[in-house]
Amino acid sequence: MGDQSICDGSLSADDFYVAAKSLCELWQSANTSLPNWTWIPFKRIPTGISCNEGYLSLENVFHVKSSKELVSSQDLFQEEQTVDSATVVQVPSSVIHAYDFHIIYSFSYRNPVLYFHGHKYDGQPLALDDIQEDLPEYSLKLIRESKWTFITFEEHPYLHQPWYMLHPCGTSEWMKLLIGGALHGNPYPANYLVSWLSVVGQAVGLRVPSSLTSSCFNDASSSSIGPSL
Amino acid sequence: MELCSEEAVRLVWEGAIPLQIHLHESEVTTLPPPPPVLILGPRIGYLPLLVTVIKPHFNDTLPPGVDSVWFDYKGLPLKWYIPTGVLFDLLCAEPERPWNLTVHFRGHPGEILTPCGGEDPVKWSFINSLKEAAYIINGNCKNVMNMSQTDQSELWQSLAKGNMESYTRVSSRLKLGPYGEDAVMRMSTGRIPIRLYLRILGEDVDDLEDVTTIDSWDSISYINRPVEIHNEEGHYITFRSAMRTLLPEFFDDEASAFDHVLVPRGDYEIDDGIENTEATATDFVSTKSQSPKKVNEIKLIRIQGIEVDLDIPFFWMVNNLKNPEHFLHICVFMVPALNPA
Repeated sequence: MGDQSICDGSLSADDFYVAAKSLCELWQSANTSLPNWTWIPFKRIPTGISCNEGYLSLENVFHVKSSKELVSSQDLFQEEQTVDSATVVQVPSSVIHAYDFHIIYSFSYRNPVLYFHGHKYDGQPLALDDIQEDLPEYSLKLIRESKWTFITFEEHPYLHQPWYMLHPCGTSEWMKLLIGGALHGNPYPANYLVSWLSVVGQAVGLRVPSSLTSSCFNDASSSSIGPSL
Repeated sequence: MELCSEEAVRLVWEGAIPLQIHLHESEVTTLPPPPPVLILGPRIGYLPLLVTVIKPHFNDTLPPGVDSVWFDYKGLPLKWYIPTGVLFDLLCAEPERPWNLTVHFRGHPGEILTPCGGEDPVKWSFINSLKEAAYIINGNCKNVMNMSQTDQSELWQSLAKGNMESYTRVSSRLKLGPYGEDAVMRMSTGRIPIRLYLRILGEDVDDLEDVTTIDSWDSISYINRPVEIHNEEGHYITFRSAMRTLLPEFFDDEASAFDHVLVPRGDYEIDDGIENTEATATDFVSTKSQSPKKVNEIKLIRIQGIEVDLDIPFFWMVNNLKNPEHFLHICVFMVPALNPA
């Protein structure tokens, strides 16, 4: 089963759990200022037998207008503190958007899928127009040019509320290239999500710490691979 | 044996729920209040597609503002992306005819429900489901992605208008079925698109009329997960076997060879009025009659309004009872065990 997945870029549900645990550990040890990914156990069938079912959560990541990437709350306040007190530049709270990200396994596509939503500083949810202002330029390009919707508003599979979702169709194809090229000596599926997130994260401005990606691609070249969704 | 029945598919396409739509009292600004609208909702259709017919009845009485249409059943906001027939089978334990629904044009509950401003969101939701089904069946969605604009449009219009012939003409080019003797061997992935809605009843009831209505979607477990068929299982696996792969804990009898022993007595025939009668596999001689001990008890399983028998061949069920986007929607009513294992 593992061999088949390596060949076609997909992931079984059990492997997703392994990959998720691995991402949590690697992310934590990377000492990034971003908050940690957490595994949230969740059973779709309340009375069902216990198994490793759940999803990954990364919450309270902030986007400041005109910045390129997402930061933690610590980074936000640090920015204010380093400024010369004679010219105190406050970051107006009106330009701070808070985001939550969930990585959820799709049985249909046999891939992880990224769900996310955002709020303004006053708690008001962000509409797609607001979110698009925060996205990197190439994501906007994809949204404009793609015949098929790239970001859709869907029901969260576990929380039963509307969240935004990055469309998973095509994931297996580029994961096949990504993993296939960097396979030597790398444990599969432990590094699946790190590899996946290094691409998908770029679409939403979530940067994967380089210590994670270099440990995954230690044999192959570590040139960045852009999303080819 | 016949695993496809045009007659059955036609009955599914023609199936409809009699609806009685009331305008929410907070949006009635005239006296006397307008009477409710009686309308047939196609089982394979979606509630927002009925708005163009419903709205004229209520137009004059609506308060000023922008329309944001949504429906509720006894206070539960209805998910517009679930086919009407499935909503009915799931939410009305004891079928209510006509089915009384409330329509709202204001005050859309954005924190619970994604908005639906017209026909386009429904069309996209449908096309995305079709893509997902294609991915499950073929391992890629190229056939759907490569559809011409004309074909895509015709496919959607046929569904919206309930035109089975026109729909079949376009969708057959997608090569997403049917399942049968030869098709099993040809199936790239051996996976079949299923959407299962599990409703856990609070307590055991003898009569479905006594089942309390649900007030939150948290009471329904939604499982969007394909059934995987392995070629060595053969062509006539039962519905029971398929269900066991999705809900193993509810079918805890040992997997037995008897699951696959079905001696067909001629073609499987359907009665008229397929929607209201129990379709039982009376044309099959089943050699299995044990009653397995279950920790959690399945009360009933409903597909396209039919209370299905577990011994029906799974492929027959999929070929004939699936929805146009190629998903088989299964509503399961279950009573949890008193002493969970």
